[in-house]
Amino acid sequence: MGAGEVSICARVKGQEGALLQVQGLGKRYGARIGCADVSFDLWPGEVLGIVGESGSGKSTLLSCLAGHLRPDAGRVMFRTDQGMRDTVAMAEPERRRLARTDWAFVHQHARDGLRMGVSAGGNVGERLMAVGARNYGAIRGAALDWLQRVEIAADRIDDRPSAFSGGMQQRLQIARNLVTGPRLVFMDEPTGGLDVSVQARLLDLLRGLVREMGLSVIIVTHDLAVVRLLADRLMVMKSGRVVEQGLTDQVLDDPQHGYTQLLVSSVLQV
Amino acid sequence: MIEISDLSKAFTLHNQGGAVIPVMAGGALSVARGECVGLVGQSGAGKSTLMRMVYGNYLANGGAILVGGVDVARAAPREIIALRREVLGYVSQFLRVVPRVPTLQVVAEPLLVLGVARDEAEARAAALLARLNIPERLWALSPTTFSGGEQQRVNIARGFAHRYPVLLLDEPTASLDAANREVVLGLIEEAKAGGAAILGIFHDEAARERVCDRLVDVRAFTPKSDPVAA
Repeated sequence: MGAGEVSICARVKGQEGALLQVQGLGKRYGARIGCADVSFDLWPGEVLGIVGESGSGKSTLLSCLAGHLRPDAGRVMFRTDQGMRDTVAMAEPERRRLARTDWAFVHQHARDGLRMGVSAGGNVGERLMAVGARNYGAIRGAALDWLQRVEIAADRIDDRPSAFSGGMQQRLQIARNLVTGPRLVFMDEPTGGLDVSVQARLLDLLRGLVREMGLSVIIVTHDLAVVRLLADRLMVMKSGRVVEQGLTDQVLDDPQHGYTQLLVSSVLQV
Repeated sequence: MIEISDLSKAFTLHNQGGAVIPVMAGGALSVARGECVGLVGQSGAGKSTLMRMVYGNYLANGGAILVGGVDVARAAPREIIALRREVLGYVSQFLRVVPRVPTLQVVAEPLLVLGVARDEAEARAAALLARLNIPERLWALSPTTFSGGEQQRVNIARGFAHRYPVLLLDEPTASLDAANREVVLGLIEEAKAGGAAILGIFHDEAARERVCDRLVDVRAFTPKSDPVAA
């Protein structure tokens, strides 16, 4: 990305460069709060971690941000070719187009983000075809390139994901998501349910891709070790609200809120 | 390059009855370009706390920490991220890396993040690793399996890969043999000659004598009336 230098400067200066601006976002399930009063900015190339225990509202928030759930309050402004647009107020077809082009969503369970009956190459190629690619050779070439980038051997291109290990399925899901060159990636517990050694490999891969592609990422997890290694910034949620946010290592090493202090002191050393 | 004034810090332990532990008041010091300032004071006096605050790892409660013109005590996370990428380096005592990543990549990473070409970044990383006597056969392996001394040297190589204008060093020569200690002191002297402002903690007195231009005793920043001390 040639704009890397520019974005670094813009990042320090002012507000003009945010990719995503979330303002007063809220979602209720009847009387119960899913999430409330969530506001933050995300800048190009930034990785934001969202942590909290189950039921804290972090998955609800992610779903609202990604357009899978309709929030009851607030705005989700995303930088498009036509300037900042509220993706909540946007018409459904337009939001779906964003989801296919500028956004990506990596699910915790690879089977939710893959088509299990389609070959590995088909899974990657399908997303390209959804944005208009038609040349078979070019699609297969791109799929092959992406399989290699996520460390899946070329000779597995015609195998179905059901024949893959959990870690491979997750890497395939990442390839399927990133092949269209999105700018913003939502991740829901991407390393959950994987063996520790497989997790490390996936984390390493994700870090490299974030750096090389200049991706902005919002990653929801309950694993503090994962956010320490992956996220620049951290938001801590409890009962649907953000109780603390800041630089990841600062929040983990000098937590200010009682809940964060409890969360950090409750885990084995990370 | 570093300008600290009236810095204060207290820890509030919400889950232990809300106890407030003041650890610093009136902290002040400055480090100019090409200068190395050593922090002294017995263990627990607040040397590491001060270093962590300068790095933005601990939040300040009051005062200012200007690093290259950015007030770390007030800066937004993204400003500190940019500062750490370009201006402010930190060699801690512990290596924290993603398991599985080869040593050469671990050392080259600060340069890659800055957009330096891969071959150039790796060449600089290789030169530093060789200079710090990490055998070449280990470069392709993750440092997580290395001995303590080897990990420390990898950490130092990583800290010196980019020529940061401001550098924080936490015990950079601890647990090193004489030859490697000499290499590290040489790196520090070169960084100073290159104009880097360095703030460090050195228990190794001879090393401190050799590289520090001034010493600051952090006991001067101990809060005076300490209600919790009783």
